[in-house]
Amino acid sequence: MPPDPTQPVLRVSHLSKSFVVHAQGGLALPVLRDVSLAVSPGECVALVGRSGAGKSTLLRCLYGNYRADAGSIRVRHRNDNVELAGAEPRVTLDVRRRTLGFVSQFLRVIPRVPAIDVVAEPALRLGATETEARRRAEFLLGVLGIPPRLWLLPPATFSGGEQQRVNIARSLIVDYPILLLDEPTASLDEGNRAGVVELINQRRDAGTAIVGIFHDAAVRDAVATRIHDVVPPGAQP
Amino acid sequence: MTGRPLLSVRELTKRFGNRVACCDVGFDLWPGEVLGIVGESGSGKTTLLNCLAGRMTPDAGSVIYDSNASGLVDVHRLSEARRRLLTRTEWGFVNQDAREGLRMGVSAGANIGERLMAIGERHYGEIRQTATDWLGRVEIELDRLDDRPTDFSGGMRQRLQIARNLVSNPWLVFMDEPTGGLDVSVQARILDLLRGLVENLHLSAVLVTHDLGVARLLTHRLMVMQGGRVVEDGLTDQVLDDPQHAYTQMLVASILPA
Repeated sequence: MPPDPTQPVLRVSHLSKSFVVHAQGGLALPVLRDVSLAVSPGECVALVGRSGAGKSTLLRCLYGNYRADAGSIRVRHRNDNVELAGAEPRVTLDVRRRTLGFVSQFLRVIPRVPAIDVVAEPALRLGATETEARRRAEFLLGVLGIPPRLWLLPPATFSGGEQQRVNIARSLIVDYPILLLDEPTASLDEGNRAGVVELINQRRDAGTAIVGIFHDAAVRDAVATRIHDVVPPGAQP
Repeated sequence: MTGRPLLSVRELTKRFGNRVACCDVGFDLWPGEVLGIVGESGSGKTTLLNCLAGRMTPDAGSVIYDSNASGLVDVHRLSEARRRLLTRTEWGFVNQDAREGLRMGVSAGANIGERLMAIGERHYGEIRQTATDWLGRVEIELDRLDDRPTDFSGGMRQRLQIARNLVSNPWLVFMDEPTGGLDVSVQARILDLLRGLVENLHLSAVLVTHDLGVARLLTHRLMVMQGGRVVEDGLTDQVLDDPQHAYTQMLVASILPA
């Protein structure tokens, strides 16, 4: 059953996050204070704010990579609303497996694993056959301009832009209802950037809810349906 | 989320004389989960692992395992014979030093075949065929089947030990620094192998390591131990990227970037 497009699939309420640095005598650095945000299917929300405002921290909290101190992050998952703030690891992992995709700025390279297998892995985990997962991985790598001669090589030796495109392919091989994008086009040239924009827009128009950081104004204008200002705690009234 | 834990650990404590090796440890391990136990030497990781695997008797606490064959069992209240059967059939244990986990005096094939015989396999030809398949899966040349592990390199021995443990399709595998003491290139091969096997066989595992890179690659969850106590636990990437406890922050900050 497709999600009701008028109902948010991601709902953030009163989210707060500080980093406490014990090596600095327990210094507390507040990064997010009382952030609320709701995202519906087919929306692409661009997080905007100056460097250090907390955009990446917010995105990482939404993925469960950073721990929220207070507030709620509810996602629509398996026809249910699941709380991610303070969730058990197995709950977060299940949400990540099926519902929540994340494109980070950098690919975390796995030693010895060929690019095509890196890309295919999330689909295999969801039960796709080897043939089907490979076919989709080849399609995505092709669309993203990774030459076939690189498919069977581990991405450790790839350029930054190639690694980023492998990363994007890995995150798009599953049709996640919610996608989080952290500068997905940062190290890409113009031609490849256009290809990524095209893929993002296809997903958005097919009903994926997207939250992203897009430094490049042209990319942001091309994909975003809405802007969310991220304001650092010190600058709030 | 439904189902029940594969392993339930409560208030586990082990002392050596006056020294507390692990204190009041409790957690649930769910089917398909890989739990990493990290901390410095002397933090109690290996003692905890040995208590979980029934190799050491704790002073207090319980380890309840959901056995495929016999339902919920209290690991430390089983008879010696039943515990040994469990460790040879439904469990595996990968030692840091492969010589402790292998029988060095018999062939590679016999090392793998032994566990098959423990689960009732009697047909010699089939045992030999399965052993050959497993040599291939752990990337050992098939013509080494009749060689003894004394003639193998450290990395090959470790891969043989992994094959010996996984051939009986265990549900739960304990691993103590499985890549410790090996060259970096050999480590990468074993990590890649373990990662693939854990994923494809849907294994549950408890892995002790002091190497946070190994933990990131292989585990879903982490427990951080210091002085015998769990000071922090959670999703692996969360613990490593957003460490909360002073000790975890120190451990994470101590890694040399590659």
